[in-house]
This record gives sequence, structure tokens and C-alpha cells, in this order.
Amino acid sequence: MSALAHVPTGSGQPATPPAARSGRYRFLPYLLLLPGAAWLFLFFALPLVQLAAASLYDPSGSLATGYALTWAFGNYPDALQAYWPQFTRSFLYAGMALVLALLMGYPLAYAIAQKAGRWKNLLLVCVVAPMFTSFLVRTLAWKTILSDNGWIVGLLRDVHLLGPDGRLLATPVAVVLGLTYNFLPFLVLPLYASLERLDYRLLEAASDLYASPLRAFRKVTLPLSMPGLVAGTLLFFIPASGDYINAELLGTPKEYMIGNVIDSAFLVRLDYPQGAALSFLLMAAILAVVFGYLRKAGTDEVL
Amino acid sequence: MTRISRWLADRWLMGVALLVLGYLFLPIAVVAGLSFNRPSSRLSYDFNEFTLDNWRRPCATSDMCDAVVRSVQIGFLATVVATVLGTLMAFALVRHRFRGRSGINVLIFLPMATPELVMGTSLLALFVSAGVPQGFWTIVIAHVMFCVSFVVVTVKARLAGMDSRLEEAAMDLYASEWQTFRRITLPLVLPGIVAAALLAFSLSFDDFIITNFNAGTTVTFPMYVWGAAQRGIPPQVNVIGTAMFLIALLLVLASTLRGRRAKRFS
Amino acid sequence: MTAMGHDAPAGDLRLANLTKRFGIFTAVDDLSLTIPQGSFFALLGASGCGKTTTLRMIAGLEAPTSGQVLLGDRDIARLRPYKRPVNTVFQSYALFPHLDIFENVAFGLRRRGIRKVGDQVERMLSLVQLDGYGRRRPAQLSGGQQQRVALARALINHPQVLLLDEPLGALDLKLRRQMQIELKRIQTEVGITFVHVTHDQEEAMTMADTVAVMNAGRIEQLGAPADIYEFPATAFVANFLGQSNLLAAEAAGPAGGEVPVTAHGGRYSVPVGRSRIDHGPVYLGVRPEKLHLVGSADQVPAGHQHVTGVVTDASYVGVSTQYLLRTGWGSELSVFVANSGAAGPLPVGTQAVAYWDPRHAFLLPREPGQDDRTTPVLDEPVGAAS
Repeated sequence: MSALAHVPTGSGQPATPPAARSGRYRFLPYLLLLPGAAWLFLFFALPLVQLAAASLYDPSGSLATGYALTWAFGNYPDALQAYWPQFTRSFLYAGMALVLALLMGYPLAYAIAQKAGRWKNLLLVCVVAPMFTSFLVRTLAWKTILSDNGWIVGLLRDVHLLGPDGRLLATPVAVVLGLTYNFLPFLVLPLYASLERLDYRLLEAASDLYASPLRAFRKVTLPLSMPGLVAGTLLFFIPASGDYINAELLGTPKEYMIGNVIDSAFLVRLDYPQGAALSFLLMAAILAVVFGYLRKAGTDEVL
Repeated sequence: MTRISRWLADRWLMGVALLVLGYLFLPIAVVAGLSFNRPSSRLSYDFNEFTLDNWRRPCATSDMCDAVVRSVQIGFLATVVATVLGTLMAFALVRHRFRGRSGINVLIFLPMATPELVMGTSLLALFVSAGVPQGFWTIVIAHVMFCVSFVVVTVKARLAGMDSRLEEAAMDLYASEWQTFRRITLPLVLPGIVAAALLAFSLSFDDFIITNFNAGTTVTFPMYVWGAAQRGIPPQVNVIGTAMFLIALLLVLASTLRGRRAKRFS
Repeated sequence: MTAMGHDAPAGDLRLANLTKRFGIFTAVDDLSLTIPQGSFFALLGASGCGKTTTLRMIAGLEAPTSGQVLLGDRDIARLRPYKRPVNTVFQSYALFPHLDIFENVAFGLRRRGIRKVGDQVERMLSLVQLDGYGRRRPAQLSGGQQQRVALARALINHPQVLLLDEPLGALDLKLRRQMQIELKRIQTEVGITFVHVTHDQEEAMTMADTVAVMNAGRIEQLGAPADIYEFPATAFVANFLGQSNLLAAEAAGPAGGEVPVTAHGGRYSVPVGRSRIDHGPVYLGVRPEKLHLVGSADQVPAGHQHVTGVVTDASYVGVSTQYLLRTGWGSELSVFVANSGAAGPLPVGTQAVAYWDPRHAFLLPREPGQDDRTTPVLDEPVGAAS
């Protein structure tokens, strides 16, 4: 949401209404903010602190006996050592899904923004519409589509892209396809927003100045769509790398991502210190990827 | 020949776009199709035989319908609270100057950038350590938390796009602060608030990850589907999925039509 | 309709030592002026000169840092905007997009608790020639129609003072001319004090009885449009209101009803009554249309003064031809010659003499060291014969 979150406000507005300036309303903004800010503090910020504390609990405790905060920093390397395959898999799958999503999402966003004319709004609704159905129900539908008896697998077997016993379901392919599918709209929408603002005359100017279509794309379209591209990439990557529904429903334990591990640590194995440590590691890894990426993309104003 | 290649050059992009849209809609079509399916066994996901039974008796599996009702209740409560809190915050951010604005902005932005998994597990850690029993109300609390930011962003955009001279004009025409708010500001921002509420409801209704960590034994619709995926999915789940899609589509179409009619009159 | 203004008690609008600072920036600087009741007053200035801030302080949308806004004997400077008998026609109108035209116009009446508004609104709409438009939305009207709604919405409240903030800025030229006449007609009809803020000098001169030229938060000159134009008080006014040729000159005190000056080696004189200053560094000013062109010095009529030069540019603009005449010392004078058919065009490069009646010239104060100010200001002219 980063790009959308930064709809210009403060600087862009003309004059603040007089009510804002006169002393009578000095405390009003704080009153307006208080309930929402308190909610976010209590149920977003404070829990993060609690999670940090939980990640440093004595790992030998349990829910039944109670946990002691022993500053057990060893939880982190232990968790990482036990689950590094799932960690790398999370980022690998999310990365592959991102590449696929970019290959599909960029042409889609560009076509809607620049070529769709009066169908623009309808096509935009079409991008969002699939999200109207429950996330889980849609993911389960992929089970039917990719099923061993389905026409896709049949076709692939016929053209010998898959062996006679080859399958798609319960393979990394299915998980990556599911991830791509589920988060594609998050990539397309911000991308569309910045491509829509692109003035077609800039491309005409570029071709007037002897740029081939490819060069015009590389030198004009791509740089100008950068804010949307960065925002869309983040909106795609952050939930995709933390997802475990696709791995659970379309894959097998061999395709499990870090989310599956965290889920089971908290809800099945009841190993809170480990689950909390893994959660923090996930967040740290995502933040590292995000900031590294932002520095590279050079558009830190999107955040 | 050149005409064909030019036509292709013009259309290939639209063609790719339609293929991608097809990819996005394929599962919806499958869900709609499966809602008319009589599965061969509980664990089968393949189409077997056409039937209208699922639509005639959507509540044949009663615990599924209970879950839907519970999700609607939670969604309604979370939407009301998040919309009120978020709208107040948006007003403060757009209409007032105050100290600590950037801190508040970070507090609003972070929940949108944090993986749901982390928010879910951290709330779980808090509730467990505070000894709060998890269930219906902890789900509502969690949903309000992640919806508020989206409400703020949506309403803020609408408010920031509003010309503050309209409010000045109202005051110039003898409207007091309260009258200005009621007669001018509120009606003009209302579409943004409604959009924010719809967004909040759909986020809440569809949330699985955060709910899963904070539900205790309470079962929402996504949690029901999750559980059923292991035991075998009743085909009525697809009926609910299709109905959700249709209802949302109708809402969107209705609002577009209204918008278009308003535009035609102008 | 003429009865409209009379139910308001009589009172001039007076600004007394009005000052507005934003941080270290002084937008309005110790402004004092009186606007007589029933007059059409224009505040003219470039953007950022403080004219809109002044207007907003009168409306109550901006609180003055110090000073008073007096309506009759009452200081209204600290009243909320909705407590003042003052209404505003906003720049780009600020019509309420969610209300129809009728409700927009009725807004002020309804806020004051008046129930039966129908007749008044209908009458107001016909005053601004929008009968039958009541049920439309603002977005369905053209710019000129929206402008009239904004006017009706303000006028219906019978304010003692009507403020107009660049009300015609968003209209195209033809419509603007039309609306200028319209506004003047309405003002005469309702007899309310109009305070009109604009950056368009022609608009200010066409409409207002009194024009105040503002610069950097202060009033440079105030008076009837013709008086200001014919005899500006400062170099700023001379070039903001129309165009002037200002030659750097030295004056040595009056002598026999005239002030003799020397400029670039030439000797000239200006009547005492046309001199803002009579000794020291001065500007000798002549408007371009007060200059006449002839081929040689012996054609200059008696009693006139002249400057010799070379025509460097001739722009034909229909009613007149605008020449640039490069003088011996390098300045370029603007000369407007009416296309009356009396004389043929002068080609670029011709030697020519510009002459004027001393009674049309004026003397203005000049900072020592400042050079000629002729308009338009050009860099090195291209292709000029020297």
C-alpha cells in the first residue's frame, strides 16, 4: 500500500480552514487521533514487543508450565539452523512468483492504462473481481484445475512436457503458480496507477527523437512507471513470502515455506519461543530485502 | 502481409492482457462450475455430475453456514469500528496541523507493510501472555487493527482531493463550523467513507492468517474452508464463493452505473 | 431589485493599520484605506502582492496579525466569517458540487434559518439570467454560468460588502468582457459595496470607480482609473498599469511653472503640476501612445519635445502599430501609432523622430543609479542598425 498511502496531503492542500488555525481547536486533532492511534498501539505495536519478548523466552518452557524471559538469543540461530531450507524456499518461491507476475502484470497494466480506451474501468474491475471470492476457495479451485485428471495435466502429458505419471499438483510449480495468481492484483493496481499517468505524447516524442519502440520503453516508459513498479513489487513480495496457504493446499511438506513452520510452531507444536523467533527472522529478512531493493531502485519516496 | 503484421503489433498487447485476465478468472469459473457439482467422493476436487442441490440447500452442512454468519457478524463489527476510527484519523491528518504527525503516519503505514503472519503471531503472543481467552472478540479486535490503516488511506485520499475553499465558502455563507461539516464536508467525503467501509468488510470477511492465530475455537468461513480442506470440501463452499463474487460484482456495477448516470447528466 | 442594498445599514468599509504576517513574511503591511459605501473598488496587483490576503481578512477567512476591519463603526476583524455581513465570490467559484443550483443559491438563507426561500432564489436567478437552471448541478453549467451562480449565491444574502476574488480569471477573453459589463450593471442595480481583487489592469480599469494598486503588501497608488493611468505616482504603477517609457533624468528644481530636466544629454521639461518630484534623480515618463513618429526633427510641431532614433521593430496589431525606437544612447522606446490611415508604415531600419507634448509627460522619483525603464524590456536587439 505504500504508494497508495502517499496520496499528497499536507503540502498539497491550499489553505487549512480557519477552524484549524484558531486556538479553540488546538486539541481537536489529538482527540480525533486518540482512539485509532490507541488501537494501533495496543494491538499492533505492543504485540510486536510481546513477540520480541517471546522470542527470547527460555526454550525449555511450555504453555503449561509457563515461560521465563531468559534473553535466550540462542533461539534465533537454533531456529534458523533447523528451518533454513524453508526460509530459502519462501524467498525462492516468492521471487519466482514475482518474476512470473511481472511478466504477466506489466503488459496487463500497460494495456489497461494506455490501450483500453473506454473499456478501462471495466477491465480494472476485472482485475479486482477475482478477489471478491474467498482467497481460500480460489486457491482450492487450483486444486481442480491442476488435478491429475484435469485437462491441463492431460495436455501436458500428451505433448510430453510431463511424463505419463507426471503431475502438477503437489509440486513447486503448483505452489508458485498459486502465489503468482493470488497476489497478482496487488502488483497490477499500483503499476496501473503510475502507467495511467504516463503521457502518450512522451512516447511519440521519444520516437520522434529516433528511439526504437524498445528503446522508448526502456528510456521513457520504464523509468516513469518506476514508483508503481516498486510499490507493486513490494505489495506482491511481502505477502507472498509470508504466505503458507498455497504451500499447504497446493503443495506437500516438501514445498513448505516458513509460514507453514511458524503456523505449526504456534498452533501445533506450541513452541512459542521458536515461532516468535522465526516470525522476527521473517520480518527482518523481508525488511532487508525491501530496503535493499528500495536502495537499488532509487525511489525511496514511495515509502 | 504488412497490414496483418501491423494489426498484430497493435493488438498483441491487448491479446496478452486478455490472456492474463483469463488466468485471473479461470479459478472463478471453476468455483462457479463446482457449485453445480455432485462430487464423487468427499475428497475429490474433480467435476462429476451436474446438480442444483448445492444452490437449493446451501446450508446442508450447517456448521458451514454458522461460519458464514459468524464471518458476517465479525466483518460488520470490525467494519463499523475501523471505519469510525480510521475516518477520525484521516480528518485529523488532512485537516489539522499538529506535532507528531510523522510518528502517526508511521503507525498507520506499518500494519500495511507487515506480513500478516507477524501481526497474527504477535497478537497471539500478547493475548496468551495477558491471559485473554481467544475467540469472537479477539478476532474482532485483530480485524479492526488491520482494517484501520486501509480506512485511513482511503478516506484521506478523498479528503485531500476536496477543495477546502468549499468549506470556506460555506462559512462565508453563514454556516457555523458544525453546519459546514454536516452540510458540506460530510456529504462530499461520504463516498470515500463508504468505499473504505466496503474495503474493510471484504478484508475482514476474507482474512484467514491473522484470524487463524487469534480465533481460539471460533470458526469463521475461511477457517471452516481451511479445516474442511483436510477432511473434504462440501460443494456448498463453492456456492458461497460464487455468491460472494456475484454480490460484490453487483455492488461494483451498481456504483459504476450510478457514477456513469451522474456523469451523463453533467 | 434596487431595494436590495437598502435594508443594510449605511457604512463605509475601513481598513485601519491592517497587517498580516506569515512567519517572517509580511503579506499585508500596515494597510489603511477607506472604501465608500456603494462603490466599486478594485485591488489591483501582481500575484503575491497581498491583495487576496487583504480580501480574506475582510471575509474573516484569515485572522489579521494586527489592525482593524471596520464596517461603519463596528470592528469586525475578530468575528467568525459566518458572523459578518460580508459575502465572497470565490476564485473558481467554489460551488457546492453535491447541491443543485437552487440549493447553492439558497444556502446562505437556509443557514440563517429562513424557511421560505423559493421566491428570493428565483428572483436572484433571473437577476443573473439563469431562470430555469435551478435543478441543475454546478458541473452541468459552463464557466460563465457557474460564475453567475457564485455571484447570485453571495448577493442573495444582501451583504453590506461583496468581495470578488479574481472572479473572472477562469473565463475566456470574450466571456470576461461580457461578464465585466454584467457585473457593473448588477452592482449599479443593487448598490452594494463591491471589493474586487484582480491582477488584470484592464479589468480593474473597466469596472471600478476606484483602483488601488498594491505592491509588496502596500498600496502604491489609489484613485480613479484615468487619474492613475494619466499621472502615475511611482515607476511601479507606471509600468504595472499599462506601459511607460521612463528615461533616467536629473532635475534641478522648478523654474517658471516648469521643471527642466536633462536626460542622456538632451534637455526637456515637464509642467510642475505633472511632477511628483522636482529635483534630484527623476524619471521622465511618456506613455507609448502619447509619442508620435515623424521622419525628421523639422517636422516636430512647435512646443513639443523629441528624441531621435532608429526603428528596430514594428508589430502590426490591428488598431495600432507598435514600434520600437532605438535611441542614440541605446534604450528602446515603445511608440504606439494608431492605424488611422494618415501615415504609411515605417520600415525597420528607418531613421525616425519621436515627439510628445510636454503636458503628457510626467516626472517620477528615481533611485540614484537606476537606468532607463522602457517596456518591453529586451536584451540586445537583433539586427538593429547602430
